[in-house]
Amino acid sequence: MAALPPLFQNWFAAKGWRLRPHQAAMLTAAAAGADALLIAPTGAGKTLAGFLPSLIALSARPSPGLHTLYVSPLKALGTDIARNLQAPAAEMGLEIGIETRSGDTPANRRARQRQAPPHILLTTPESLLLLLSQENAGAYFASLAAVVVDEIHALAGTKRGDQLALCLARLRTLSATRVAGLSATVAHPEALRRYVGPAARLIRAEDGAPPEVRLALPEADIPWSGHMGLRAAGLVLERLAQAGMSIVFVNTRAQAELLFAAIWKLNEDNLPIAIHHGSLDIAQRRKVEAAMAAGRLRAVIATSSLDLGIDWGGVDQVLQIGAPKGVSRLLQRLGRANHRLDEPSRAILVPANRFEVLECEAAIEGVREKALDGDPPRPGGLDVLAQHMLGMAVAAPFRPDDLYREVTAAAPYAELSRRDFDDVLRFVEDGGYALAGYERYRRLFRDSQGYVHPANERVARQFRFNIGTIVEAPMIRLRLAGRRGGAGAHLGEVEEYFVNQLTPGDSFIFAGRVLRFLRLRETVAEVVEAPGREPKVPAYAGARMPLTTNLAARVRAMLHDPSRWGAFPAQVQEWLDLQRRRSRLPGPDGLLVESFPREGRWYLVVYAFEGRNAHQTLGLLLTRRMERAGQAPLGFVASDYVLAIWSARRPERIAELLREDMLGDDLEEWMETSSLLRRTFRQVAVVAGLIPRQLPGAERSRRQVTVNSDLIYDVLRKHQPDHVLLRATRADAAHGLIDLARIAALLRRARGRITHMALSRVSPLAVPVLLDIGRERVEGEAEEALLEEARALAAEAAAEEGQGSDFNHGPAAPNMLFQPP
Amino acid sequence: MTAAPLHFRNERLMLDPSGAAFWPARRVLMVADLHLETGTAHAARGALLPPYDTRATLERLTRLLRLYRPARLLALGDSFHDAGGPARLAREDRARIEALGREAQFIWVAGNHDAAPHDLPGQCVAEHREGPFTFRHEARLELGPREIEISGHFHPKASIESRAKRISRPCFVAGPNRLILPAFGSLTGGLDVREPPIARLFPRGLRVFLLGQDQLYSFALEQLGRLPEVA
Repeated sequence: MAALPPLFQNWFAAKGWRLRPHQAAMLTAAAAGADALLIAPTGAGKTLAGFLPSLIALSARPSPGLHTLYVSPLKALGTDIARNLQAPAAEMGLEIGIETRSGDTPANRRARQRQAPPHILLTTPESLLLLLSQENAGAYFASLAAVVVDEIHALAGTKRGDQLALCLARLRTLSATRVAGLSATVAHPEALRRYVGPAARLIRAEDGAPPEVRLALPEADIPWSGHMGLRAAGLVLERLAQAGMSIVFVNTRAQAELLFAAIWKLNEDNLPIAIHHGSLDIAQRRKVEAAMAAGRLRAVIATSSLDLGIDWGGVDQVLQIGAPKGVSRLLQRLGRANHRLDEPSRAILVPANRFEVLECEAAIEGVREKALDGDPPRPGGLDVLAQHMLGMAVAAPFRPDDLYREVTAAAPYAELSRRDFDDVLRFVEDGGYALAGYERYRRLFRDSQGYVHPANERVARQFRFNIGTIVEAPMIRLRLAGRRGGAGAHLGEVEEYFVNQLTPGDSFIFAGRVLRFLRLRETVAEVVEAPGREPKVPAYAGARMPLTTNLAARVRAMLHDPSRWGAFPAQVQEWLDLQRRRSRLPGPDGLLVESFPREGRWYLVVYAFEGRNAHQTLGLLLTRRMERAGQAPLGFVASDYVLAIWSARRPERIAELLREDMLGDDLEEWMETSSLLRRTFRQVAVVAGLIPRQLPGAERSRRQVTVNSDLIYDVLRKHQPDHVLLRATRADAAHGLIDLARIAALLRRARGRITHMALSRVSPLAVPVLLDIGRERVEGEAEEALLEEARALAAEAAAEEGQGSDFNHGPAAPNMLFQPP
Repeated sequence: MTAAPLHFRNERLMLDPSGAAFWPARRVLMVADLHLETGTAHAARGALLPPYDTRATLERLTRLLRLYRPARLLALGDSFHDAGGPARLAREDRARIEALGREAQFIWVAGNHDAAPHDLPGQCVAEHREGPFTFRHEARLELGPREIEISGHFHPKASIESRAKRISRPCFVAGPNRLILPAFGSLTGGLDVREPPIARLFPRGLRVFLLGQDQLYSFALEQLGRLPEVA
């Protein structure tokens, strides 16, 4: 076991600490120059374990030059860690330069950092790529001895993680650095270990005290449906009053707003309770975080915007309102409370409906068994690779063979074929289009020795401008209209599609106030406060994450086994019992499908338990098939648990409808036109550098000349369907919005084991999803039908009005516009 | 594809769901804002957009020429995305335009993106007058008392509140004495008809014809999503 140098021994002794085994193991790995992945719960001294080897090395010989690079997903984390490192360095009298670098770092400090790097530099994946694309990157990183990647579990498996993996591969080319990854407990530790390095050591800290998680329900009836949990406002307020400081996690921004409003209606003692989500103005979010850190707040209602972040120490309890969605996610959130290892974190789950009661119980069981979930890592994105290649060319000319070797050393790209690599390179060079005469517009050129260079200075500028893998949906800024039309305060941003749903005069809740929408001016939506109005439910949900496979399997298993119902409230037990008598209970294997007539329609309910995204896709595919079978489907709604389709005729031959060949031609045909693919393409095209990032505040009136990614997608799909960006789009969508893998798994599981219950009326388990009808927006595919309906309605209305129209054409009435030929 | 008839005085125009219009009496087919060579215009500035837009636009144009067999084809300006467009045409695309030029006489009205004349078949003109119509690129605010104007330029689009969501499409815009065509190009965006540059041209109201897959959807201005107003 590695021994601490005397200086550090004394410092540990002065603090009353001793070296923990995992910290010692990290020291040993570092001494051997080995990569290492440390998996440890919060409060285990993870950060110190990561930095200790560097601090010791730097205390012995503080030569100039960059020694250690720290990368984390959050800028704020870097700033916080820098502060925490200054303290031991000062206490031990170490002369170590510690600095942060991010997009916010002032230009003069960035310039100085380029000339005279600190010993320890704390940064983000994006800033790291920017540094690596500088011409002097080779000299800058030559002295690098260690890279510490914090919260590595939150990066690996995402596009940012792909980008970071490529950067790590480059750092290993430029220096002899080792890599230390710091992670929370994960479902796939071996995959994460490979992400750190092929020979990385896996070091696990002892687990802390197990968390105490309990279910809490309001005394009234347990709702059949709904996801907001507003009825629990009183209960939540009670719990907040009993604890020092709490974080109340919810699932969507809309839920955060509504719950915040509901709690404040009851908050007669004026407990200081704040709200935090990704749409709020950044300055306001920082203010809330500062107030939390200073202990001035009793609670904050937050979305995933607070899943990661700096330690606040003083948080006593975490509440989760609504479905936890996954065990890993729940554990991440629980970890935000009580950062002391020997004391349990305390959490309360508040389900918003009956299915969520099952889900919460399943999640509590999952937490107890430490059954983490999460998808195994998927292959690295080709769009990310394109961005990286451009950056590497900007840094220094490269030979494709060398870069291929380097790139495939990064775990997400280990299986990358040379064909894909070459296609991406051709895309970066000249677009990779199968059309002669386009080469003159190349971004890169090859010299006689086969080195690839950027074509001109503009290429480097465009690269720096487009760096990063997070593509936000187009956003609209919200501004209070000042008096006499002047500009008022800036409140934050909402997705453009949300504003598109509003008509002037509509009210919605934002930042805890009721606002009325006035008008859209360029990229700014003007609003006024409208207290006391009944708000339209805000729909700026952001990405809703689907229920994980692991948790879904647990819910199915619990549901099927009455001996495990003991934990459920009586109402839920009665509900399940009624389902068992009236129909069947969905089982751990196979697939339960029910059909029944109701109010002149037929309903088909598929208990698939594969999450919303997969159910949406399944709904679109299944309705196509029913259409062809003459069953006249009329619509569908998807929840995390089930899919319900209604039709004019009786659904029949269910097993045939659900055959696996659904994922063949039907899928191809649908993917051709799906708006989901267009949305995915836009992100891929931005990351790959095909279309520039949308600048905040870009002029709206210039839209008519700016190019629309949907149109590019259509043209490309028609003329070069195998283009590398379309391949990247399909791969992305299959893992994300379309969730093909889960549908494939479901259809496999169901083959030959479909139980079809033909019922005479709605079953108890089907009630919640039927109540969702009308509340859920279906991803619109049938625009033509909707337009025809709107046109017919308008024509009907106009006909009743008679002659009240605006102008006349020709000799007759306004209808002359549609005179038959 | 079902074209919709639109009458101006005694003349009948057929609005095609592709965004073109046909004047049967004179066998004139008209299109606006082809924006050919948009891809290469961006590529020359470093954004390597797919180069297929010209081909896609010409294919759609070819289908229309086969369908309507016009004597003349009127391109209402911005036929190219920029002045360098004609010179950047790929050889096959230039040959395609020349072949189409043998089937119908081309009249290229100048636009703001392509003001200069070029060497493609047909004649380049600033405006074109025929029958009661004046064909120009950008609509004029003031028209002569008997003038009926047909123009392009604005890439008009409109959105409709349907039961499920707002749907936005390129559209024709018609008023008592003018018609604005939607952009025919493959990569062209659009401007909402309620925005002042378009709305002020129709002080007596307007009717839009949204492009659909096989037909047009017609609405009066007040049937579109309500106009935002400061309360």
